[in-house]
Amino acid sequence: MKKLNHFIIYTGLAVAAVAAGSAQAQLRVEITGVGSNQIPIAIAGFANEAGAPQAVSAIVKSDLTQSGIFKVIDGGSGLSETSPVDYNQWKSSGANALAAGSMQALANGSYDVRYKLFDTVKGAEISSLGQSAQAQFLRLAAHRIADDIFLKMTGVRGAFATRIAYVTQNGREYRLEVADADGEGVQVALRSNEPIISPAWSPDGTKVAYVSFEKKKPIVYVQNLVTRARTIVANFKGSNSAPSWSPDGNTLAVALSKDGHTQVYTVSADGSNLRRVSNSTGIDTEPQWSADGQSIYFTSDRSGGPQIYRMSAGGGDAKRVTFGGNYNISPRIAADGKTLAYISRRDGNFELFALDLASGQELRLSDTSNDESPSFSPNGKYLLYATSSGGRKSLAVVSVDGRVKQRLTTQAGNIKEPTWGPFMK
Amino acid sequence: MSNIKSFALLIASAAVLSACSTPVKLNEAPVVEKTPAPMPAEPTRQVSTVDTGSVDPLNDPKGVLANRSVYFDFDSYAVRDGDKAVVENHSAYLTKNPTRKILIQGNTDDRGGAEYNLALGQKRAEAVRKSMAALGVAEGQMEAVSLGKEKPKAAGANEEAWAQNRRADIVY
Repeated sequence: MKKLNHFIIYTGLAVAAVAAGSAQAQLRVEITGVGSNQIPIAIAGFANEAGAPQAVSAIVKSDLTQSGIFKVIDGGSGLSETSPVDYNQWKSSGANALAAGSMQALANGSYDVRYKLFDTVKGAEISSLGQSAQAQFLRLAAHRIADDIFLKMTGVRGAFATRIAYVTQNGREYRLEVADADGEGVQVALRSNEPIISPAWSPDGTKVAYVSFEKKKPIVYVQNLVTRARTIVANFKGSNSAPSWSPDGNTLAVALSKDGHTQVYTVSADGSNLRRVSNSTGIDTEPQWSADGQSIYFTSDRSGGPQIYRMSAGGGDAKRVTFGGNYNISPRIAADGKTLAYISRRDGNFELFALDLASGQELRLSDTSNDESPSFSPNGKYLLYATSSGGRKSLAVVSVDGRVKQRLTTQAGNIKEPTWGPFMK
Repeated sequence: MSNIKSFALLIASAAVLSACSTPVKLNEAPVVEKTPAPMPAEPTRQVSTVDTGSVDPLNDPKGVLANRSVYFDFDSYAVRDGDKAVVENHSAYLTKNPTRKILIQGNTDDRGGAEYNLALGQKRAEAVRKSMAALGVAEGQMEAVSLGKEKPKAAGANEEAWAQNRRADIVY
């Protein structure tokens, strides 16, 4: 069974790579760790998918396998969502659930994609989804099915239909790229001969803020991914960096050195309405808005070395949050506000940690020594971060409990500064 | 040149002579001069000096201004004694050339996070800016910015490379 799973995974990825055709910069995803109690689920090949541009069931299998939470069982073929289900047979084959579906080409060139989810233990259908998708959106349709399965089986919203953004560097060329969460569908948003850092998705997923050095100093831009329109949000005297969006998408928190030392400010998305929000005589930077819009977490060296603090979004007293070691940076707060991810320097190594804010308990999440820029998945279950592997910079994913691990690499060059996009409609 | 000189002398003397009551007729070209010395400014006769780029000390590859980097110790943001000459030389040039502007770009070595290092590099640029301001360079001639760890001069995970990257660069 295990061998079959691996075979299916690689086939799925190979098919996808061929289908993507000329996209030069492919991201390769490799699973290096799985969860403890995996949910066994059978996925049947979808009726009629052999002739379609994408085999939807293969993408669903790949998504669920990469989550580390499911043990995917090959459900064979010859089933569709309307076939009668022999619950006992599936239960005795070890599956807690079965997903079956079909694809139907429509006259206008798009596809009718249907699926149903059956709970073999309850002996009942527990979900169904019908979608109509054009050929180029078939992968998205498959990810939405995987999201539905994830939600129905774990109670947590799936993040398979989300996207990630990151920076690649190859010699002198820097690129801001956007890809699906599974590494497919890479698109280039920005090409430059100067560095790009700190990309940040707008809450509605249509824009990315980032810092570009194209004018020989750091400047914060917002770029509309669809129209390519760029707005300069902050180009004050000195350095402008570390953009973070407010949950309503109207304001950005940024780090500016305009008053002589780096402090946290807020500014409207069009660059107006500047307001200073932090107040120390040292370095305050890396602001991160909480999902409820009430607080801003940030890095400050006011106690001597960099630590993470929380203050009200309007400014005022800041409360220190990290106490382990003398160097804690890059705060990221999960959407439910309960977990803080950050990078901590221990014995000279830069390591990814997660902190339970209620108990103060910290957990080291990676076993590498050069971690940077963590980013939560929008469902709070995973962290995407940058690390080094074999002398090159690559990306990695780890589940918040530390068990599920993935590596994302490119064929050449370095890949860094990752940021996980939001849920989208 | 000498013709012009003697002509001028002639005019001057004619002017002087005509100031006295007895006009003296000269065989040379008619005298145009109306008033005696000093000669009023004649805009069309002015010659202003152009220094080609090769004369500007900023462009002398062997001159002191060719050194444009100030280096820093690990975890330090103070200009060392050994680097003060660079600061002084460029400050002197800028005070003499008030229309010249510089960007001071601070850098760090590659250890640590991108954004925190951006702020540390800013401290280095700011230290150089403050030193130059203390030597009389005007605010409007300088902008202190940071490149953090993004533009290293030297590659390598060793102290030799790191030392070359902990720097502030003066960019005209």
